[in-house]
Amino acid sequence: MTELLSAKNLTVFRGERCLFHDLSFALNAGESLLIQGANGSGKTTLLRAVAGLLDLEEGEIRWRGFSTLAHRQAFHGEMAWFAHSVGFKNDLTLLENLRFESGLRSTSMGRLSAVLDKLGLTSLTQLPFRALSAGQQRRVGLARMLLANAQLWLMDEPLTNLDTAGQDLVVNLITEHLQGGGACMLASHQAVGLNSDMQRIVLQ
Amino acid sequence: MTEPANPTLWQGFAAVVKRDLLLAYKRPGDMLNPLFFFAMVSTLFPLAIGPAGDQLKLLGPGVVWVAALLSVLLSLNSMYLSDLEDGSLDQLILSPQPLPLIALGKTVAHWLVSGFPLVLVSPLIAITYQMPTETIGVMVVTLTLGTISLSLLGSVGAALTVGLNRGNALLSLLVLPLAMPVLIFGARTVALAAADDAVSAGVYFLAAYCMLALSFAPFAAAAALKISNE
Repeated sequence: MTELLSAKNLTVFRGERCLFHDLSFALNAGESLLIQGANGSGKTTLLRAVAGLLDLEEGEIRWRGFSTLAHRQAFHGEMAWFAHSVGFKNDLTLLENLRFESGLRSTSMGRLSAVLDKLGLTSLTQLPFRALSAGQQRRVGLARMLLANAQLWLMDEPLTNLDTAGQDLVVNLITEHLQGGGACMLASHQAVGLNSDMQRIVLQ
Repeated sequence: MTEPANPTLWQGFAAVVKRDLLLAYKRPGDMLNPLFFFAMVSTLFPLAIGPAGDQLKLLGPGVVWVAALLSVLLSLNSMYLSDLEDGSLDQLILSPQPLPLIALGKTVAHWLVSGFPLVLVSPLIAITYQMPTETIGVMVVTLTLGTISLSLLGSVGAALTVGLNRGNALLSLLVLPLAMPVLIFGARTVALAAADDAVSAGVYFLAAYCMLALSFAPFAAAAALKISNE
């Protein structure tokens, strides 16, 4: 097993409050990690810290053995981020939004129609993003993850706003991603019904 | 399957510029607002002061420059705001492209949308102030250099204040001191041109200031964006 992501002694403060202290974990290819905890316990913060959106008070995160701070671009090139606000422009169409992504990161636009088909978005490509329902918008976010050639998926509450079919879809996508040798880190207060074993971190 | 490589720096830069121009095109109101402001302020002055030719010639450069500065300031606040609100900023920061490059792309798009139209309209405004043709040429050159500098300096301020409520006032406070040299040299150079005096020193200064801003502002804006987005 190749170790992809490792975190050592992470400490993050939010203002005066210490959200977590001396947290360490490692993630191999094909493994997933679920962060659980009550609202406000720091799930999102931990995920943002791993992604590199937040500075760590202490500790170090390594991707394939290299520090993610020093090799930021290489790390971000292999990482996909799926958060509560999906990060698409309301005024652009679904297609324009996805095309923009391909200018920023390595994407397989050849798979576009297959991916859109899988997510049930094929008929919506010309609609402005604002016209989509919340669940559909989340699906477009999933489309971005599938198109990006990312080894590591960081997902914050991936099941929010999705119908039961959509939730099953997310679980299936993650399973496929793990089987393909990827790794996934999720933050969720709901139980994510993955078949494979998951590591868990419970934040107090 | 071979994975396609990450896009080049140029592709990343072009994608950001193209996206922001497309957004401006889809919301023409946002784009035209600063331009209308510039046109209104600078055309109302002659009406209020009166049509006396000498007076207008004297005031023209200053009024045009103040109007240009204010209209650029007006448009700065929205530079990163929508990106922060819809989560695009996270995606931009987490992209494998260097953040200064993305900030520069956003700044270039901002100038093309707010500064460049203003430069294009300025000769028409200048006519209402009875500026001679050579002076109009100098004004266009100085305004071009000046608005580019203002967009660059403004991008730092906009990046710093993007997460704040009512950041607009703070943004003006941050940017105005840095914009003063641009205003002073810009307006003064046009005034010198109107008086048939040498203008090259002023133009060179503005060009140098523009280059200085170009080399520092994207990095400062990138650092500020990371802090604001935490």
